[in-house]
Amino acid sequence: MPSEIVIHRDHDRPAMSALGKLFRTTAFRLSLIYLTVFAIFAALLIGYFSWTTSRLITQQITETIDAEINGLSEVYNQGGIRRLLLIVDARSHRPGSNLYLVTTPAGEGLAGNVGSLPPGILERSTLSEASYRRLDEPDEGERLAYVRVIRLAGGFRLLVGRDLEERERLHEIIFTAARWSIAVVVVLGLLGGFFVTRRVLKRIDAMSGTSRTIMTGDLSGRLPIAGTGDELDRLAESLNTMLERIEALMHGMKEVSDNIAHDLRTPLTRLRNRAEEALRTARTEADYRAALDNVLEESDGLIRTFNALLMIARAESGEVGESMSEFDAAEIVHDVAELYEPLADEKGLSLKVETTGSTPVKGNRELVSQALANLIDNGIKYAAPAYAAPALAPVSDETVPEPPPADEHRGIIVVSAAPAGDRILLSVADNGPGIPDGERAHVVERFVRLEQSRSQPGAGLGLSLAAAVARLHRGELILADNAPGLKVTIALPKA
Amino acid sequence: MRLLIVEDDRDAADYLVKAFREVGHVADHAADGEDGLALALDGQYDVLIVDRMLPKRDGLSVIGALRAKSVETPVLILSALGQVDDRVKGLRAGGDDYLSKPYSFSELLARVEVLARRRSGRGEETVYRVADLELDRLSHRVARGETEIVLQPREFRLLEYLMKHAGQVVTRTMLLENVWDYHFDPQTNVIDVHMSRLRSKIDKGYTRPLLHTVRGAGYVIRDAK
Repeated sequence: MPSEIVIHRDHDRPAMSALGKLFRTTAFRLSLIYLTVFAIFAALLIGYFSWTTSRLITQQITETIDAEINGLSEVYNQGGIRRLLLIVDARSHRPGSNLYLVTTPAGEGLAGNVGSLPPGILERSTLSEASYRRLDEPDEGERLAYVRVIRLAGGFRLLVGRDLEERERLHEIIFTAARWSIAVVVVLGLLGGFFVTRRVLKRIDAMSGTSRTIMTGDLSGRLPIAGTGDELDRLAESLNTMLERIEALMHGMKEVSDNIAHDLRTPLTRLRNRAEEALRTARTEADYRAALDNVLEESDGLIRTFNALLMIARAESGEVGESMSEFDAAEIVHDVAELYEPLADEKGLSLKVETTGSTPVKGNRELVSQALANLIDNGIKYAAPAYAAPALAPVSDETVPEPPPADEHRGIIVVSAAPAGDRILLSVADNGPGIPDGERAHVVERFVRLEQSRSQPGAGLGLSLAAAVARLHRGELILADNAPGLKVTIALPKA
Repeated sequence: MRLLIVEDDRDAADYLVKAFREVGHVADHAADGEDGLALALDGQYDVLIVDRMLPKRDGLSVIGALRAKSVETPVLILSALGQVDDRVKGLRAGGDDYLSKPYSFSELLARVEVLARRRSGRGEETVYRVADLELDRLSHRVARGETEIVLQPREFRLLEYLMKHAGQVVTRTMLLENVWDYHFDPQTNVIDVHMSRLRSKIDKGYTRPLLHTVRGAGYVIRDAK
């Protein structure tokens, strides 16, 4: 049995720690995958952000440099080299100023705050990145800057640059923020995953705990439902429905065995007593013969009861599903009624068949026939003329029936098949004593026979079998008052 | 008639062998599927009685192997599984009849005799005759001597089945299965009532009755001279 294998597997692994169990769960693995995806996404986002910012800053620097160069060339064009030198000198000494350098055509510095530059920079005219040293802070070491050089009309060269420290600092801030946020994402993700997983695991553990108690034989246990309507709740609900069905089946089986024990014991005792009595008292061969005949008859009755019980159990377990076919219910009604018609006639009853409309049914033809046969058999037993006498029929106050005409004193059984909505109704109605309101549900149980019918032969399984057959076909057995008498209907879904 | 009983329950098999001998048949016994198959392939039997659940090789597989080798000996399957589906499976596997345990010996005997006779090729005639009773299967006419007898369709099929197996005992269950195609127990003995109706139509008023009740077994139609 697979269930046992599962139990053993669990017992074989006592070393698995709670944490290990946690890490192995689907929920935790999913959390890890989500975490990785989110971390990558965050990194990409920050990268893009930093790239755009840096581009924006570079653009700003370029614009500043260009504006400065344009302004200074204007100064040179209007005031000549001396005015340019004056202004450059003044600007160079402002704190946090741009970089300036004015050189002679030969490259000698005339004014500005730039101390040293890599060689060749002065020959370029495009914007370029260069390391430099400030003239006023010679000990500070080299720093990076964007610089641009233009050649002025007199051969002088003007360099304007802007320190890149601001951009570097911004980069640093962004990278620090990125590291932190990714760290926070990872930690929060792990924690979240851990808690979600633990919550799920707790519920799953509760479920497996319950299933284990159920496996040990306590079928009344049900899986806990948190009430959130989530997927675990839905799973638990389905499993609970399944458990209910299993419990009902087990209950049915138990009932069958209880009934077998209870109701077969009586005839078995009788059988044993007869054999014993024959041994004790029989003298002639004829005596023995009579005793053995008795014994045979009794055992045939036992076999019959036993078969009926098995049939009911099988129908209730839904085991006969494979032999389902489509057939006309009216045909079955005619066939079975035809089988019983001579019997009814012999008992002084009239058996009538009424079929209307189209009555297709999908099911087990044999079982439906058997159920109907049982109902007709019951009808014949209970609609016997003695029962049809009005005095015996318990009738409610408002429906006092007219005394029937003399020739209708005999019992009538009406077997019918008719469509009703999406169902096909197969009914057997008699005008016998009927069944009192309160006892109708009770009679469908196995072996139940009403006190007043104890004198009639039969094992009392007919109605139970019909009910089981109806349930097997997803239909139902309906007992109704036929005023007077009983009307039993097998309602089956229309094919 | 030579019979082979393939049955693993020693007591049941001994009882059957003895009972068949008492009524004048020869019966051999095999205790498992392999032996049963070997004997069935080897010996000339009229009917095989095969239990469904056997050691070494189950009953249905024995029948399958026989049919695969074109051994067409009629087979009656005995089984503790008496439900509709099981019977259908048994017949589909190549069995000719199916009887669920527990059964009465008279039921088994009647069925085996019918199976053995089926083999001798009877039953294909168009007119059945027992003494002066005549049944025409094509025109659906029944007459006794010069007098025509009017039968209901079901009564006709009942008489047809009885006359097809004239001289052989047919049980109530066999009638229910073959004439009505019902395989369930109708609780009350409805068959007896049908038989008494039929009897009143074919035997009433004649000095020589043809339809006889066999106590504890069933019915037989024959000319009892």
